[in-house]
Amino acid sequence: MNVRVGAWSVRLAPRALLVTAILVVAGFGVTVAALSTGEFTVPVPDILDALFGQGTPVAELIVGKLRAPRVVTGLLVGAAFGLSGAIFQSLTRNPLGSPDFIGFTAGASTGGIVAVVTGGSAMMIAGGALAGCVAAAVLVYALAYRGGVQGYRLVLVGIGANALLLAVNSYLLTRANINDAATAGAWLTGSLSGRGWDHAVPVALALAVLLPLCAYIARPMRMLEMGDDAAKAMGIRVEPVRAAAITAGVLLAGVATAAAGPVIFVALAAPQLARRLTRSPGVTMGASALMGAVLLTGADLAAQRVLAPTQLPVGVLTAAIGGTYLVLLLRKDRH
Amino acid sequence: MSPVTGPTPETGPAGNRLSGTGLTLAYDQRVVATDLTVAIPDESFTVIIGPNACGKSTLLRALARMLKPKTGAVHLDGSVITSLPSKEVARRLGLLPQSSIVPDGITVADLVARGRYPHQRLMRQWSKADEAAVSEAMRATDVSELSDRIVDELSGGQRQRVWLAMALAQETPILLLDEPTTFLDISHQIEVLDLCADLHEAGRTMVAVLHDLNQACRYATHLIVMRAGEIVAEGDPTEIVTPDLVHEVFELRCEIIQDPQSGTPLIVPEARRRVLA
Repeated sequence: MNVRVGAWSVRLAPRALLVTAILVVAGFGVTVAALSTGEFTVPVPDILDALFGQGTPVAELIVGKLRAPRVVTGLLVGAAFGLSGAIFQSLTRNPLGSPDFIGFTAGASTGGIVAVVTGGSAMMIAGGALAGCVAAAVLVYALAYRGGVQGYRLVLVGIGANALLLAVNSYLLTRANINDAATAGAWLTGSLSGRGWDHAVPVALALAVLLPLCAYIARPMRMLEMGDDAAKAMGIRVEPVRAAAITAGVLLAGVATAAAGPVIFVALAAPQLARRLTRSPGVTMGASALMGAVLLTGADLAAQRVLAPTQLPVGVLTAAIGGTYLVLLLRKDRH
Repeated sequence: MSPVTGPTPETGPAGNRLSGTGLTLAYDQRVVATDLTVAIPDESFTVIIGPNACGKSTLLRALARMLKPKTGAVHLDGSVITSLPSKEVARRLGLLPQSSIVPDGITVADLVARGRYPHQRLMRQWSKADEAAVSEAMRATDVSELSDRIVDELSGGQRQRVWLAMALAQETPILLLDEPTTFLDISHQIEVLDLCADLHEAGRTMVAVLHDLNQACRYATHLIVMRAGEIVAEGDPTEIVTPDLVHEVFELRCEIIQDPQSGTPLIVPEARRRVLA
């Protein structure tokens, strides 16, 4: 489907548009449900009043101070993980090339644990996670580099680094005192509980800068999936595009982990789900981000409500929901 | 313009939009060729040929700016090719690489459409010119009927035609092909080469690396024969291909007869067994 206005034209796939619209609606639905339901039900019409300070004090506290930051953090973190996964899966041409498989998220965990053990504040834990993610990415790329980085070698080296970093994380936890270990353990499962605006803002800022960058490099990245020579022959400056993509992907995984802990599976599953639903070849940045947001907030909603009053960490649910859905989709997949 | 005819380091030879001067070509430390000078005649069907590892694909890759020469420079239209904007080069010079990766689940029409990338911008993604170029490329390569098929599910010959269609959609006056017939059976090899000959007839400058000397002689208007990183002979195949040249380059004793179909040289290797009495 082509849209032309004067000299401008964009190419749109009807199916991708439909899937995008459905994901937006689903995200909106999950958001409303998360704001409204729970131990204290706020009727849907009262949500806006509560958000803008026109509701009852209790509703304002619960919706505005407790639920809204949690949902917003979930949406932003999910989008960041989804985008990061889409970037690295595209670069490595391999679904296993997700940041949660190739050591980046594990590196972020290491940074976070070190910050916890050294008695850091929430701010320091976030900083530690971001620094750990960047350090792990540099390490993996340096080890995989041999006159250029090939996708499969990056994945293999990354899986090795992932195992190593998980071992380091376990070691650090055994050496930590019991309180620190408990704090770090809770952070490590990945959770949105107790997230406030100070968690959401850094992710929002990162997305504000990196989303336009991702939109800009999405088309060249699609060409890169055909191989470096094919992309270069089409006039793509391969190295700058790749460098921009890696930077964006690492930062997104880093800030997302800093905000919510290493929530597994969103970065792996969201791009794969998005690709299969839209049936578009190659990376689909927008749909992957939306899918990540819906997946994470949906999982968080389920984590809070399914076994209420018992609260599950969201990481448990992302793996369960995303994994099941992905297996179902793969089963009826022809390719 | 000064009336220069020979190669000059600044602009390359006249009458040759694409040329390389004093090229040293290497992968990391492994030097493949030194001080190589080559000019592609405009509107020729140039075929580069030579034994395995003689540097023919390396030369093609250097001409297509895939490989940066250690010394020397490749010129396109009088400018050093690396000094031109990458997209600008891609509107003048196309390359069909030896192997490309088919994106998962892509249709023929979508893959061919990707050939329009160098003509597009973020806010001008699909003009009428794009549409016309893609349907013309699909018509020329006879893949229009396959347009909604998934590329992964096609045969090797069909897939190669689709890649060629993508390169054609790029609408470049110069088209470079790196071993376009490898992995194809004989009928598909001829099909692809006939298509290349048609494209040459239509006014394009074609440059191909081929393995088969007889096919090279039949299709090339200009033959470049390489051995161990050097150009041993170049020119019209009927004039340069001799038993001595074949022996020097391929270490093969042979007889050369006239191709009964095309009149071009046909190499008949010397028989060691089953010799006619």
